[in-house]
Amino acid sequence: MSHLRTEGLSYGIDGRHLVDSVDIEARPGETVGLVGPNGSGKTTLLRCVYGTLAPTHGRALLDGEDLHAMGAKKRAQRLATVPQDGQAVFELTVREVVAMGRSPHKKFWEADTAADQMHVREALDRVGIGALADRAFPSLSGGERQRALVARALVQEPALVVLDEPTNHLDIRYQLEVLSLVRDLGTTNLLALHDLNLAAYYCDRLYVLDTGRIVADGTPEEVLTPDLLKRVYGVNAEVSVHPTTGAPTVVYLPPSP
Amino acid sequence: MSCKTPPARGPLRYTLVLTVLAAALAAAMIAGLALGQVRIPAGQVVEIVTGQADPSPFRTIVLDVRMPRVLLGAIVGAGLAVVGTVLQALVRNPLADPYLLGISSGASAGVVLVIVFGIGSGLGLATTVTMPAGAFAGSLLALVLVYTLARRGGQMTGTRLVLAGVAVAYILSALTSLVMVTSAKREHFQEAMYWTLGGLGSARWDMLLLPAVVLAAGTCLLVALARPLDLMLVGEEGATVLGLDTSRFRAGVFVLTSLVTGVLVSVSGAIGFIGLLVPHAARMLVGASHRTLLPVVALAGAAFLVLADLGARVIAEPQDIPVGILTALIGGPFFLWLLRRRPEGTPA
Repeated sequence: MSHLRTEGLSYGIDGRHLVDSVDIEARPGETVGLVGPNGSGKTTLLRCVYGTLAPTHGRALLDGEDLHAMGAKKRAQRLATVPQDGQAVFELTVREVVAMGRSPHKKFWEADTAADQMHVREALDRVGIGALADRAFPSLSGGERQRALVARALVQEPALVVLDEPTNHLDIRYQLEVLSLVRDLGTTNLLALHDLNLAAYYCDRLYVLDTGRIVADGTPEEVLTPDLLKRVYGVNAEVSVHPTTGAPTVVYLPPSP
Repeated sequence: MSCKTPPARGPLRYTLVLTVLAAALAAAMIAGLALGQVRIPAGQVVEIVTGQADPSPFRTIVLDVRMPRVLLGAIVGAGLAVVGTVLQALVRNPLADPYLLGISSGASAGVVLVIVFGIGSGLGLATTVTMPAGAFAGSLLALVLVYTLARRGGQMTGTRLVLAGVAVAYILSALTSLVMVTSAKREHFQEAMYWTLGGLGSARWDMLLLPAVVLAAGTCLLVALARPLDLMLVGEEGATVLGLDTSRFRAGVFVLTSLVTGVLVSVSGAIGFIGLLVPHAARMLVGASHRTLLPVVALAGAAFLVLADLGARVIAEPQDIPVGILTALIGGPFFLWLLRRRPEGTPA
């Protein structure tokens, strides 16, 4: 478990700020959600955190260490992510794709040991696709592929997991499964989510991003208010506490005539 | 990308594939030694090679004329196939090949400049040092040029890469021909075709050492780099978040592949399409993971070029046609099939 903090993190191209002086924090063991409309800067912010973009200002710190200065290998030993372009060109098997998660812990010339293979098998079983280990990765359905990538993050043995819309294009059943999996990893998690009800149920705290700035943060109850939804998303909504889940539930209302 | 499940792979199957390919290579080499204007029975070839034959009238033909050529074919075929495999992973594009990306043409141009300007010939270093060095410089330059052109404006698409490669290849081949044809020396005129189309006709025992060493060292190093090569298959961002410094890795392997290509081209000219054809066939057999893929690719590439060169020698007997013509005749249609198979707009 690790502590993630950003300090005045900004990212801009051509003088336009996609992410503007963002301070967020995920405390050890917390699952923190990042919500906001399309184009609000969620993906850019996550990329600055997992290191494929260099912040133009500010820093992202993992247990006090600058994530960008850390270097790809050291970063990958502590931070796992499932990027959106994670598809292989050639037909690697599911097992091979998941085993890639061991890479940050290996010298480049080292082959996988029996212990590594055990890790991979366990992770595949844990995400429920043990039977698909020898299938070609591109032949899997979207949900199976997503679960394989979560398994890959698992074998990486990270302290922090960063996920960008992990439930995109998944059937509702797999959305719930993937998010439950992530929450039960026992790691510190930072996820960008589209669906506010899923975010409310699965996240300990939420940050709301709008045009690159954090406009609200707190527990789902504190953040998801009709007023905020009107302001940020431009929709009318009712928010109530769900009797079964105990989480805030958002019901969107059609535009009033 | 097709979505069929590849056949189950196990260590047993892998050993079988390696054994069959090694046997195929051996058979191809024996055929290469036996066939030609003078046909020698295969049994006698084996006896000569293993030193069991009584002084045979065919000894010189087998050992001094055909053997270097067959060995060079095996070395060049293995090397080009390995380089093609690695390039496909590095640029994440199944259409990559040292010839199609202009790297071989760059190497040819480098060699030709060395020949025409006689660099190092006064010191007797032309074939051993300056020609391979010129080829290496030319191939590295061409590769960097093509990669930069294809990447301009962010994303690199397959179409852009192939177009940039073909354009650079054309320009450099034209340059090679121009320099050779306008050269004051008459024999350069004939050599132009050899360097742009590729051939193994000039093989001699004393030119085998450097390519053999470079091939062996390069292939071992690339097998050792199998893990990061695999990571490149999941894309730039995917590889980065799995701990690979992609730009440094790519730069290093670009230099290595240019070195191997350069040395090979300096002894055989620019032979095309092996680096495209062989990796795909090998992936269908043993999958895409480089640790198991590269040895298969090397064996298959060697067998393929030895056979193709045999074809080049006997198809229009007594004419010895450049083997690059044959590989292009086989590889070109395969390339078109790959293009058709891939739906428009996919980055791969």
